[in-house]
Amino acid sequence: MPSPQRTPLFDFNASHGGRMVDFAGWEMPVQFQSIVEEHKATRTAAGLFDVSHMGEATVEGPQAEAFLNYALTNDVSSMDDGKALYSLMCYPNGGVVDDLLVYRRAENRYLLCLNAANAEKDLRWLATEAENFDVEVKDVSSCYGLIAVQGPRAFEILEPLADRDLSTLGYYRFVEGKIDGIDCLISRTGYTGEKGVELFVSWEETQALAEAVLRAGADLGLALAGLGARDSLRLEAGYSLYGHEIDEKISPVQAGLMWTVSLKKPGDFIGKDALLKEKAEGPTQRIVFFKTGSRRIARPGTPVVQEGASVGSVVSGTFSPILNEAIGSALVDASLVKAENLAVDLRGKAFTIELTKPPFLALNPQG
Amino acid sequence: MSIPTDLKYTKDHEWLKLLDDGSAIIGITDFAQNSLGDITFVEVPEVGDSFSAGDTFGVVESVKAASDLYMPVDAEVVEVNEGLEDAPESVNSDPYETGWIIKVKLSEEANLDDLLDAKAYEEIAQD
Repeated sequence: MPSPQRTPLFDFNASHGGRMVDFAGWEMPVQFQSIVEEHKATRTAAGLFDVSHMGEATVEGPQAEAFLNYALTNDVSSMDDGKALYSLMCYPNGGVVDDLLVYRRAENRYLLCLNAANAEKDLRWLATEAENFDVEVKDVSSCYGLIAVQGPRAFEILEPLADRDLSTLGYYRFVEGKIDGIDCLISRTGYTGEKGVELFVSWEETQALAEAVLRAGADLGLALAGLGARDSLRLEAGYSLYGHEIDEKISPVQAGLMWTVSLKKPGDFIGKDALLKEKAEGPTQRIVFFKTGSRRIARPGTPVVQEGASVGSVVSGTFSPILNEAIGSALVDASLVKAENLAVDLRGKAFTIELTKPPFLALNPQG
Repeated sequence: MSIPTDLKYTKDHEWLKLLDDGSAIIGITDFAQNSLGDITFVEVPEVGDSFSAGDTFGVVESVKAASDLYMPVDAEVVEVNEGLEDAPESVNSDPYETGWIIKVKLSEEANLDDLLDAKAYEEIAQD
């Protein structure tokens, strides 16, 4: 195994007490003080997350739009400059290569943000599929650090540092500007369900930016937050995570993500036929979200049972510090999406679960 | 990291405090709670349950992981810390006092010599 890579914030994370773990080949902080406290701070004030491990790619050339519309499930032609779009990238059989964000910087000039664990695979996939298009796909992962500032006070913290009015920046829109004099791509996106931004910044200036944001937030409740809080926040918000709610074997139909699949966009796209067919016939299995009514976490792999028979398994499970109970998601037989008698089998004991629609909390990231 | 010198320890990170009446209370160490992170749930046995040294007697769950609890000695459970039901996080904040887990009556054959003293435990808990 190659030794894990380090983000430009490795020293910053370590010096602020980050407990480092190997995550997708990167040495990342799982927590600083307490996952629960970092989670609560993000919901009540703000959290600062190092997400520099995410992959980035540029897609540029005369056929960049046409290529992305072929490679991705969502409709890239609906975007204007300064727009961000969430999309899936599927295999011909409808399984998911990855979920990603597309940023349109100019006509036929796009930036993609990819899951760290999938970045290499994605880039190989994109390069192969790009062969029939007049387009250039470039891995620029090592050019960018990425910092997420998320929470109800995120803008209060950043506005004094910003060279422009962030309050007018719409949800899923981005602007190129300066934070504390440092050039950033400032994007009104995030993975917590909170209002906030993600800041793409040059690798070299990532640490200076993180320190400036941390200083600015010191008196406003800003907490450094690690991967642990990132996971519990995203699950509370009902967001899918690759390798859990979606993967090569769990299609967007099964994951409830058909809103990211534009079946009406002109032309063909990879996976379209398979997804049309699965949608028409109905999926055999579905992702459901559940509450346990207990503090006991049903972790990934835990069997979901109905009257003693196994009908699926948990794909994500964590403790919700806000609800004070364990929450999760599971892949179950598609006929059971409204079942009221499902349970999880924890060490031989059945615990009834309550299926619920995500998000688990009333959240307003657009607010 | 706190390792009180008046307690006995297991290599699995439980502590045992011998009381004057021959009973003992058992919990997990400061090192263990710190490694587990935020504790959200503790499964305790029933009063009256008997265990042999090394048996699993419960589970501590944190946001990150679930870990079995191992009985340090042959013993019978005489009391469980009911406060953990509402406040399992006291195992994090106060592992040697309010975060205790069970009280046991030692069996007559219970051999305390197999347990570690604070110094020996510190060597295990160093990394």
